[in-house]
Amino acid sequence: MADLKVHNLKKSFDGNDIIKGIDLDIRDREFVVFVGPSGCGKSTLLRLIAGLEEVSSGRIELDGRDITDVSPAKRDLAMVFQTYALYPHMTVRKNMSFALDLAGADKQEVARKIEAAARTLELEPLLERKPRQLSGGQRQRVAIGRAIVRNPKVFLFDEPLSNLDAALRVQMRLELSRLHQELQATMIYVTHDQVEAMTLADKVVVLNGGRIEQVGSPMELYHNPANLFVAGFLGTPKMGFLKGRASRVEASGCEVELDAGCRLFLPVSGTTLNAGDPVTLGIRPEHLNRGSEGNCQLTVKADVSERLGSDTYCHVVTGNGEQLTMRIRGDFTPRYGESLSLTLEAAHCHLFDSNGVAVGQSLQLAA
Amino acid sequence: MLTLKQSRRLNTLVVGLFAWAIALLLFFPIFWMLLTSLKTEIDAFATPPQLIFTPTLENYLQIQDRSGYFKYAWNSVTISFGATALGMLIAIPAAYSMAFYETKRTKGTLLWMLSTKMLPPVGVLVPIYLLAKQFGMLDSRAVLIIIYTLINLPILVWMIYTYFKDIPRDILEAARMDGATLMQEMVRVLLPISKGGLASTMLLSLILCWNEAFWSLNLTSSNAAPLTALIASYSSPEGLFWAKLSAVSTLACAPILIFGWISQKQLVRGLSFGAVK
Ligand SMILES: Nc1ncnc2c1ncn2[C@@H]1O[C@H](COP(=O)(O)OP(=O)(O)OP(=O)(O)O)[C@@H](O)[C@H]1O
Ligand SMILES: [Mg+2]
Repeated sequence: MADLKVHNLKKSFDGNDIIKGIDLDIRDREFVVFVGPSGCGKSTLLRLIAGLEEVSSGRIELDGRDITDVSPAKRDLAMVFQTYALYPHMTVRKNMSFALDLAGADKQEVARKIEAAARTLELEPLLERKPRQLSGGQRQRVAIGRAIVRNPKVFLFDEPLSNLDAALRVQMRLELSRLHQELQATMIYVTHDQVEAMTLADKVVVLNGGRIEQVGSPMELYHNPANLFVAGFLGTPKMGFLKGRASRVEASGCEVELDAGCRLFLPVSGTTLNAGDPVTLGIRPEHLNRGSEGNCQLTVKADVSERLGSDTYCHVVTGNGEQLTMRIRGDFTPRYGESLSLTLEAAHCHLFDSNGVAVGQSLQLAA
Repeated sequence: MLTLKQSRRLNTLVVGLFAWAIALLLFFPIFWMLLTSLKTEIDAFATPPQLIFTPTLENYLQIQDRSGYFKYAWNSVTISFGATALGMLIAIPAAYSMAFYETKRTKGTLLWMLSTKMLPPVGVLVPIYLLAKQFGMLDSRAVLIIIYTLINLPILVWMIYTYFKDIPRDILEAARMDGATLMQEMVRVLLPISKGGLASTMLLSLILCWNEAFWSLNLTSSNAAPLTALIASYSSPEGLFWAKLSAVSTLACAPILIFGWISQKQLVRGLSFGAVK
């Protein structure tokens, strides 16, 4: 069991509020990812949970026990650091057994656990080496091994893959995913890489400026971003935004008149908008189509295109200078400056009010 | 005209000669001291100085006979090692807190500590002498251990601080997450990682203590007098016995020179083994 609850957690450094009141509920066996832009306080939040920083106010509970003022040594959490933080003077085996040795565990038991972890992580041939004789990926695996052998209540990861090259990062991402399945452990994972967030998480916590913007499953966040920040943060290429105003509001939806020059009816329910309110419409690159069939047509000018083979990301500029990105088939590349016709899929549009908060519910998952 | 290769060779040659010249210049006094110590007093006094003579160990034997070299040497050893041990015991925790729990005042404190080294020792001679007298500690090894610890502390803290600064905090935090207490974190992680740096700091402290003469001359007379005091005792009251003075100086320098030379080799190894990354 490992239920972690965080209540109204705050942290300031020298009078600067960095964490501004976080409430969070992490359930047993969940893989939770903290994601957000650089400097938003992800690492600080993780270190507060680890006990490496003292909280300014608020409470942290693990399985109902208040651990806010418990020393990190007694929290029964394991952390994997971005820099691996292996003990340079110890062999891989010693690195992994350190915590168990300190706890006075039985020698044979320790040896058995290390063998098991080494097998899982394919570290067996490296057990007698020192960290400096290992490659980055191997060091990372040792750091993970060091956490595994302790069988902690919660695993904490602070950008564990960011020092690895791209190919290794993809491989380690898969291994972490597999590890989570095998160990059935609770994991908290910090990253600024949204691909890692989307692929690994059961639950994504989007942080910005020391506050939680939204919590939910990756698909929830992707399809129902609660605000402009989350909408713009998740998804590559980014969601495109068009300014406009609500021209007609009904129970079944809302008609929006875009500054870019078209009008469309969005089936958003429960809106609090009034006619005439300024709104922002968000649309993902895959929901922009080329052609003239559809309920909202825009004439745009092609900017540069990025060809990835399977797809082409075509950046376009609307008549009033707003930028959009369109995902189209890989075999088509518009010429720079060419004029194109686009249609928006109304069902996939997101609507945000003047405060950037999502209006009503847009289309549901995999509808 | 010289080719590139030739001019490079010439460069190396010039630089090499220059280095040798400086090395000889530094070594010459030691060499001359050693030479003089092996002469008779008459040979030592001769002008021009004699390079060819019959060497004798007479001076060395006389020193042991007359003053008991080993008593002084033992004092030097206990005082130097005592002050070094005590200094490390204080400097390591101090440097730890400064390096890993830095505050706005840390840099200022370090500079202030170092600035105390600028005070001329003679300026505090009287108060310290009186204090030592009050506590009945004149001519005791304890008083020198305390004084040496205090005067070397700024340097020890500063050196250890710079070594600790190079150690990533993460490693200590990892130990804390692994369940280490503060003591275990220090003894099992921090100290082994920085052992090369700590060893060079200790060596420096030993050398400084060994060679210190001002306080040893002023606070000790016979019982606790270290080798520096022994040398001084040969220089003045007994007239100009150059050969014996050289012999006693050689005897005073030799242990720390040999010790330093041996541990230097260990240090280089220790330093390259202790590398963090
Ligand atoms: N010990 C500290 N003292 C003062 N300020 C700090 C300290 N630690 C973090 N901060 C500040 O807190 C803010 C959040 O830092 P944090 O490391 O949590 O960001 P992050 O979200 O992990 O960013 P990144 O993705 O770059 O790692 C930053 O503005 C940082 O300057
Ligand atoms: Mg961070």
